[in-house]
Amino acid sequence: MDDEQKSAWDGFEGPSQEDVNYCIRCGLCLSVCPTYQESLRETESPRGRVALVAKAIEGELDLTRNFKDHMYRCLACLACNDICPVGITPANLCLEARHAIHQAKPTPLLKPLLFQGLFPRTGLLELVTKPVALYDRTGLRRAANAVRVTKALPSQLRDMERMLPHRLPLRGTRHQLPDVVLAKGERRAHVAYFLGCVQGVMMADGCRATVEVLAENGCDVVIPTQVKCCGMPMVGYGFKDEARKMARHNIDLLLGLNVDAIVTDCATCGSSLKEYPHWLASDSEYAGRAQQFAAKVRDISEFLVEIGIRAPQGKVDSRVTYHDPCHLCRAQGIREQPREMLRAAGVELVEMEGADACCGSAGTQLITHYHTSVGVLERKMDHVAAAEAEMIASGCPGCQMQLGLGVKRRGLKARVVHPSQILAQAYRNGKMDDENQ
Amino acid sequence: MAIRQDKVGEMLDKSILKELQTIVGKKHVLTEPEDLVAYSYDGTFAERRPDLVVRPDSTGQVSQVMGVAWREEIPVIPRGMASGLAAASVPLIGGIVLDTCRMNRILEIDERNFTVTTQAGVITQHLADTVSKKGLFYPPDPSSIKQSTLGGNAACNAGGPRCLKYGVTSDYVRGLTVVLADGRILNTGGKAIKNVTGYNLTQLFVGSEGTLGVITELILKLIPLPRVARTAKAVFPKLADASRCVNDILCGGITPATIELMDETAIATIEEAMHLGLPLDVEAILIIEADGMDRESVVREIETIAGICRTTGARDVEVASTEEERARLWSARRAISPSLARRAPNKLGEDISVPRSAIPEAIAAIKEISRQHDIPIAIFGHAGDGNLHPNILFDKRDPVQVGKMKRAAADIFQVSVRLGGTLSGDHGVGSLKLPFVEQDIGPISIDVMSGIKQALDPKNILNPGKVVPGPQGVGGASILG
Repeated sequence: MDDEQKSAWDGFEGPSQEDVNYCIRCGLCLSVCPTYQESLRETESPRGRVALVAKAIEGELDLTRNFKDHMYRCLACLACNDICPVGITPANLCLEARHAIHQAKPTPLLKPLLFQGLFPRTGLLELVTKPVALYDRTGLRRAANAVRVTKALPSQLRDMERMLPHRLPLRGTRHQLPDVVLAKGERRAHVAYFLGCVQGVMMADGCRATVEVLAENGCDVVIPTQVKCCGMPMVGYGFKDEARKMARHNIDLLLGLNVDAIVTDCATCGSSLKEYPHWLASDSEYAGRAQQFAAKVRDISEFLVEIGIRAPQGKVDSRVTYHDPCHLCRAQGIREQPREMLRAAGVELVEMEGADACCGSAGTQLITHYHTSVGVLERKMDHVAAAEAEMIASGCPGCQMQLGLGVKRRGLKARVVHPSQILAQAYRNGKMDDENQ
Repeated sequence: MAIRQDKVGEMLDKSILKELQTIVGKKHVLTEPEDLVAYSYDGTFAERRPDLVVRPDSTGQVSQVMGVAWREEIPVIPRGMASGLAAASVPLIGGIVLDTCRMNRILEIDERNFTVTTQAGVITQHLADTVSKKGLFYPPDPSSIKQSTLGGNAACNAGGPRCLKYGVTSDYVRGLTVVLADGRILNTGGKAIKNVTGYNLTQLFVGSEGTLGVITELILKLIPLPRVARTAKAVFPKLADASRCVNDILCGGITPATIELMDETAIATIEEAMHLGLPLDVEAILIIEADGMDRESVVREIETIAGICRTTGARDVEVASTEEERARLWSARRAISPSLARRAPNKLGEDISVPRSAIPEAIAAIKEISRQHDIPIAIFGHAGDGNLHPNILFDKRDPVQVGKMKRAAADIFQVSVRLGGTLSGDHGVGSLKLPFVEQDIGPISIDVMSGIKQALDPKNILNPGKVVPGPQGVGGASILG
């Protein structure tokens, strides 16, 4: 091969000819891709991205800023992976291309700071969110909104402000939760609760509810606070080696606990933890252990349905609609289980159209690709609004924050919650009824 | 009517670019290499980067863009969602790709006249879903229904399984707005059912593949939505029996909505992709659908059909009992073509069309061609109307396989013509079938077609080198030649 025909990531780990060769360009993926639907531009479609990756491999495209941006525009909702009749996985290709670009053309400053410095250190992450908590708690937020300071912000900043959760704890959830919570009633399992970063930092109520629900279902729950980020943000930004470090750390820590299951209430964490065997496939020391590890990982809903949900004495008397997180329905094939949790809680479950369509969050797209992210969200909110629910349930902190923003943008009354919160409420209501009698 | 080839490379001339940007907006003129790659292909293996991509969102903008192209003599290649299977929208000589996808508004559903007026970039499935909510039916259903536009469907006169009973796209096009090569806007046809005032220009543009004008708006005929449908799957150990069955059904006076056939290669591929539990020891499966307004008659019809299948040699006949089962059968049928890629990286999907009675002979001949050239060919298609899709499987990186593919394709075309059929039933000529057109339709047809092209596009700027075989160098863009 002469120089011209060298792959753009020649010598580095990245997508290969084999991954793209069989794309027959039928275009079926365009019909499900949220970024295509938003832009109607082939370059923002799975078929387009596969073509771009193919041309980079053939050495006909360079890793320009543009190229990189197209790889980063993918929301990784995985809808294209699912629909491709050939078995191509365009969404995965984008992630792998990001990793390849990161190696072949490392970026200075910000990203390494985030993914090598900040995310691996949960303590630091909590420190960063402290100002957010203070902003909310000191009344500054209310004041800012009252005098309409936030109105003066550009729409993107305003939406980011709206996305911030209310009533953030000043101390991270991991310092608030006990190390161990004991099973109620007959003991059925011994599990470890994997405390996700965003979940832990932003969604304290959800975390507590999950632990509570596990205990109510007869599980001894151990909550190891030394867990590190699942690795998804690193994979998302091409830092696959950092992600592998996280994976090794978590495997060592959690396998050592000898639990029956490793339970997470974050769709994204769950899908990453289950992917450890792929990430570490060529790591002779860890490949086998990664498989043992992944075999124990369960989403909270998946786990509860497996062991059988204990029927709560009380019920939650609300109209609820459920949004399927991409990382739950497509990455893990979990669709029915969260709905079963909600039914067990006695809610009136109303299905919205396109419940499994991406909400546009994809972690950080609101920051990196604001217009696409909001466009996809608005499309989603049409269906959410039509469901006329009092609560929107979804087992993913990213989705919850994005949907929360959608609710505010529309001026809806609905609350966005984790399914665990609804089920926990049903258990609590049962107890209140007991006490009242 | 040679193209000003010299203009192609020059066209990034700043002032022209600026003019186009003023017309459609800066962000809708794409020139980055990544964008040019993304607009370099369709549903075939052909590819070539355009010089730039323009994305207008109205007839007026298309008209202005054509005005510039006409003045500067720059080739323009109209494109919808690029799911075509004849390389008709691939810019094989460069030029401007004119993307119609942003023109995606349904303008009017007329429930009294049973018509819908729509922009060209509306996705066919979206239109069908929208009108069905009003109890109306737009029947044409190309396999690419979810990823193709009505403008593209009309430009290529798309067919689909249902055209056995309901007809093809052209049967539903009642009027068009077309931007001509020089930028003038032509309105032809309308909502009236009968219309013989002048030449039938509407139908001239249907199937013209963007070589005569750019379709920007369509008035489409709708019919009442059938309320009931029943689908049967019949498994035939012998392919010849399946063909006989098709004839017996149709000659018995029954017109099902669809009769779809898949041969053993297609069955094996689809099973590998979708795990539906299809039998792997049979030569053919027919998927037959009956539909209508009234449940009783539809059920009676599908049962009669099932009976005919059994007496003609079907081993097993199943009528889908739920909507879910029915949807699964159809998604299987739609996935055949793409699933073939599991067997080989490239495929040449042909769409010959023969008289119904010649189907068994055509299939036998294609199987023989596959043996002779030692190259796999999967056959499936619309058995009810004689439109077959032999798909030649190959790897374009291997020159030996490419040679075999080209020879097999030429032989298949000859079989079709010999049996009284034609090259293309529903994909169109594009550039893929150019070398074989004359053999099919004869020199006089070509002469008349060239005259029409010359009259409507004297500068030969609209999708040059497609459909009409021309002198070498102009029409020599075929990838099969």
